[in-house]
Amino acid sequence: MLKVHRDICGYCGCCVSVCPEGALELIDAYLCVEKNCTSCGICAKVCPLGALEVVHEK
Amino acid sequence: MKNKYDVLVIGGGPAGAIAARTAAQKGLSVCLIEKRSAIGAPVRCAEGIGQAALSEFVKPDKRWISAEMSGATIVAPDGTVMELESNLAGNKVGYILDRKIFDRELVWQAAEAGSDISVKTRATAPIMDGGIVKGAKVEFCGKVSNVHAEVVIAADGVESKFSRWCGIDTTVPVREIMSSAQYVITDIDIDPHSTIFYLGNEVAPEGYLWVFPKGERTANVGIGISGRKSKTGHRAKDYLDKFVHKTFPKGKTIEFIVGGVSVCQPLDCTVSNGLIITGDAARVVDPLTGGGIYNAMFTGHLAVEVAADCIGKGDTSKKALMAYDAGWRASKIGKSLKRNYHIKEYLITLSDEKLNAIIRSASKLNLTEFSTLNLIKELIKVNPKLVLELGALAASLR
Repeated sequence: MLKVHRDICGYCGCCVSVCPEGALELIDAYLCVEKNCTSCGICAKVCPLGALEVVHEK
Repeated sequence: MKNKYDVLVIGGGPAGAIAARTAAQKGLSVCLIEKRSAIGAPVRCAEGIGQAALSEFVKPDKRWISAEMSGATIVAPDGTVMELESNLAGNKVGYILDRKIFDRELVWQAAEAGSDISVKTRATAPIMDGGIVKGAKVEFCGKVSNVHAEVVIAADGVESKFSRWCGIDTTVPVREIMSSAQYVITDIDIDPHSTIFYLGNEVAPEGYLWVFPKGERTANVGIGISGRKSKTGHRAKDYLDKFVHKTFPKGKTIEFIVGGVSVCQPLDCTVSNGLIITGDAARVVDPLTGGGIYNAMFTGHLAVEVAADCIGKGDTSKKALMAYDAGWRASKIGKSLKRNYHIKEYLITLSDEKLNAIIRSASKLNLTEFSTLNLIKELIKVNPKLVLELGALAASLR
């Protein structure tokens, strides 16, 4: 699943623009991850701050 | 806010504000909604714009102009410098804005012209009827209401969602998002009237690093790198920190922002039934410079020109609104977007050695018109071989 490190996130929306599923939404200063996220990691790659991380569940 | 307008504008940046202002001036009923609680903040912009371009839409005003530019400097990967000067009278070619105040001023003008404004108000879904956009569901402090409109103008920026909800794919390819970061640094030694662009794969892979003066000793120091080059340890902030540590070790950072800038081709189609898409949401940022303010204002204005005409004729179908899509594509910005996209695609293939050679070819260029087009033309004059490399594109540059 996609983990948002909210203490790092600069709520800029860069990740939202590249999400192929449309699963991210920037609601003011809050990044929202919707259920259709496939954990593809594209957003985590482009984040200028490294605030997103795909965490593999045990 | 009422529950029905001629035009509903989603987003309070330059595209939305100019759209709302134009609509009100034309006597249409219009409402602009902005999801943030304040217009203009946080800034996600290097704030540069050409003087003539800006003046087309708003009278320049000292209250929101941080600095006036008279030239620019391009720094090659090996440190070779190329200075660009204007031989225009007065020598003033561009501005670095104070976007917090500038954006607020534009929305203020929209309000004064008669537009309704609603902040901290977010569109959560389009109101659809048989494939036609009829307005939007909007949320304000937990309260959801329906706002109907003849035409909805999506001006919701790089993180645009509205047009996607209406069925349009707005995904920016990974390699064409500029992952960006910027500090406002003060107490540094700079030329307060010249912008600096640093190029190179070590400095800013497939992008550039900028120093845009905001005053005598203050500047926006920022970077954009291609999303495909961004990874742990090599993110926009990492490259920027390395540069700042080396170049401005004693500077004081008074602001830190991040952002994404699309440098892809515009959306295949920027209208739908009852919907017009403008500015960054339409992906009309200049792919070579990353500049988006002018194109946002231009498309915001044109959107309402077309919307007003279509509303007057009682036909806001996609077919009727296509006049907007065709209009900006045929305009100066449409041509420039196309050309600059191809130039960008060529430039990102260049090695540092090649960039060094091009920049070494002219230490000083005097431009009659301060534009990227003119710069490329001048570079071709001193590097005739570039014409071959630019291939089919070269014809349009002569």
